[in-house]
Amino acid sequence: MPMPVPPPASQPSWAHFEHRADMGVAGYGMTPAEAFEQAALALTAIICDPARVRPAQAIPIQCEEPDLELLFVDWLNALIYEMAVRHMLFSRFQVQIDGAVLRAEAWGEPIDPERHQPAVEIKGATYTALAVQQDDAGHWVARCVVDV
Amino acid sequence: MDLKTLTKLTDTQWRIEPKGPMRVPGILFGNEALIRNMDDKVYEQVANVASLPGIVQAAYAMPDAHWGYGFPIGGVAAFDPDEGGVVSGGGVGFDISCGVRTLHTGLDRAAILAVQRELADALYYRIPVGLGSTGAIRLDDREMDAMLAGGASWAVGRGYGRPEDLGRIEENGRMAGADPKQVSEQAKRRQRDEMGTLGSGNHYLELQEVTAIHDPAIAATYGLEQGAVVVSIHCGSRGLGHQIGTDYLKRMALAASQHGIHLPDRELACAPLNSDLGRAYLGAMRAGINCALANRQILTHLARQVFRDILGADLRLLYDVSHNTCKLEEHRVEGRKRRLYVHRKGATRAFGPGHPDLPADLRAAGQPVLIGGTMGTASYVLAGTQQSQELAFNSACHGAGRAMSRHAATRRWQGRAVQNELASRGILVRSPSPRGMAEEAPGAYKDVSEVVAATDRAGLAKLVARLEPLVCIKG
Repeated sequence: MPMPVPPPASQPSWAHFEHRADMGVAGYGMTPAEAFEQAALALTAIICDPARVRPAQAIPIQCEEPDLELLFVDWLNALIYEMAVRHMLFSRFQVQIDGAVLRAEAWGEPIDPERHQPAVEIKGATYTALAVQQDDAGHWVARCVVDV
Repeated sequence: MDLKTLTKLTDTQWRIEPKGPMRVPGILFGNEALIRNMDDKVYEQVANVASLPGIVQAAYAMPDAHWGYGFPIGGVAAFDPDEGGVVSGGGVGFDISCGVRTLHTGLDRAAILAVQRELADALYYRIPVGLGSTGAIRLDDREMDAMLAGGASWAVGRGYGRPEDLGRIEENGRMAGADPKQVSEQAKRRQRDEMGTLGSGNHYLELQEVTAIHDPAIAATYGLEQGAVVVSIHCGSRGLGHQIGTDYLKRMALAASQHGIHLPDRELACAPLNSDLGRAYLGAMRAGINCALANRQILTHLARQVFRDILGADLRLLYDVSHNTCKLEEHRVEGRKRRLYVHRKGATRAFGPGHPDLPADLRAAGQPVLIGGTMGTASYVLAGTQQSQELAFNSACHGAGRAMSRHAATRRWQGRAVQNELASRGILVRSPSPRGMAEEAPGAYKDVSEVVAATDRAGLAKLVARLEPLVCIKG
C-alpha cells in the first residue's frame, strides 16, 4: 500500500491517510507546533466531526522528548489518554514547542453520544509511517498511524 | 503479494526464503488467492520478524494476515530466552488479550426469535458499549491490583459468574506471573471505570445460530447442535491494555540500542526476555491478559442477567480464547522439547487433542478455536489439531481481517442503511454510532469463510461449526 504523499500545505490543514486496519493522521503547518495542532484535529476527526465539539474547557498537556518524532507520538498519546480518562473530545489546540518540551492546551467538552455520534475509540498512536518533516518550501508535516 | 517471491510448499503453505538479516524463513499460510491479495507489507514484516534475535524455526503469517505495526496482524513467532530471544509489544498488539468467548444459551432459534427484539434492546441497555461508556464497577487501587493479578478468577470471587466458568477459560481464568506494579498509573487510571465495557470498533456481543455442523463428533463434545443459539463476546483489555501497549512500545524503542538490538523499523521495538525491561513487560502484559479475562467475565454476568430476566435461561461457557498474547509454552522443535515465548498477534492459540492444558472434558477433541466474523456474515468454531504444533506452534487464524479502510467503508455505506439491510435479513444490530456501523459494514471485511477454509485445509485447526448472527451489539 503506498504511503501518503503530503499535499502542498501553504496553510494549516490536516488529512487522514489510508491504512487497511487502522488510520493515519497528518497535520500540516508553517511550524512543527502548527503541524502538531492540525494532526490533533485529524485525531478527533477519526472519532467524530470536530465541528460538533464545543471548545468549552481547556486541559493542559505537557510532554518531553528530545526527538521531534517521538514528541509527536507522545503528544497524540497524551490526547488519547486525556480523552479516555476525562471522557472528553477536543476541537481546539494550542501547542508551543520549546526545545524538547511541548506545552499545550486542548479545548473540548465531555462526550455526548447523541450529539457527537462517536464512531470509534482510539487505542494509541504508533511509530508506523511516523514522520515530522519540513519540505523545501519550509512547510512542516507531522504524521503517523493510530491504532483504532 | 507477488507469488514469484515465495517458494510454494503446499497448496496452503508458502515460504519466504531466508536472506539478508533473516535468521529463519518466513512461512505464510493461505490459498493462492488469499496470499496474492495479502499486502506486500506482510512479506516485509514477516521478514523483519524473522530477523529478530532468538527466533525459533520460522516467522509465521496466518491466512487472515494483514499489515500491522511491527509484526503483521495474524503473525506468530516463538523466541527462546536462552538464545537471546526477545519479547515485543508490537508482537502482542495494543489490545492485549483481545479474544472471543462463546456461551451456550440452551435455546434454539425459534425460542430466540420469539423475543429477539426484546433481547436486543435489553442487551443494548445492559451492556456498556461505545466510546465514553463506563461500567458500574469502580476499582480503587487495591481492587485494581487484585483484578490485575486475579483475572476472571477475581471477577468470579466478586460475584460475576461461577467457579465452573474458570475451567473453560485459558489459564483457568487467571494468567500467572502478572505483575501489577509494572502497569503504569496512567494505564490503571484509564481502566478505573471501564470494567465490564465492550468498547467499539470491531468489538461486539452477538447472539449466533449454529447453521452448519462440519464435524459432528467434535461439535457434540463442544455441545454445539444445528439450530442452537450461542452468545459470543469479542473484546479485550480496554484502556488498560492500550496504555500498556503505548507505554512499553516507547520504552522498548528507546532501550533497543542499549540491548544491542538493531531495529530495521522502530515499530519492531522489543527487549530481551532475560532483561529487566523484558521481564517488566511480561509482568504488565500478563496483568493486561487478566484485565481482558475479568472484563469478558463481567460482560458474561451482564448477559446472563438479561437471559435470566427475559427467558429464565442460563448461559454456560463453551470456551474463552485470546488472540493477542505472548505466552510461555513447551513445544517440540526438531525432536527436542523447548520452552518458548510464543507471540500471537491476531492469531488464536489452537492446542491439539490431548494437550494437558485443556479442560478434561474437551481434551480428546482439541481446544475450541473461536473465530469472529462480521455483523452480517458468519463466525466459526474450529478445533486445534495435532499437526498444528509442528506447523505454527499451535496457532490458527483469528477473524476475517479488513478488506478496506474505515474511510473507504464510510464512503460506500451509510450506517442506518447497513442496519436496515441487516434487519431485513433477520439480524438486529444495536449500536450508538451510525458511522461506526458503516465502518464495520460486512462488505468492508474479507470473506471469513475463505480464511477458515484455508486454515482447515492447512491443518492449523479443524472446522467444526458455522455460526450466523441474529443479534449484534456493536460499539
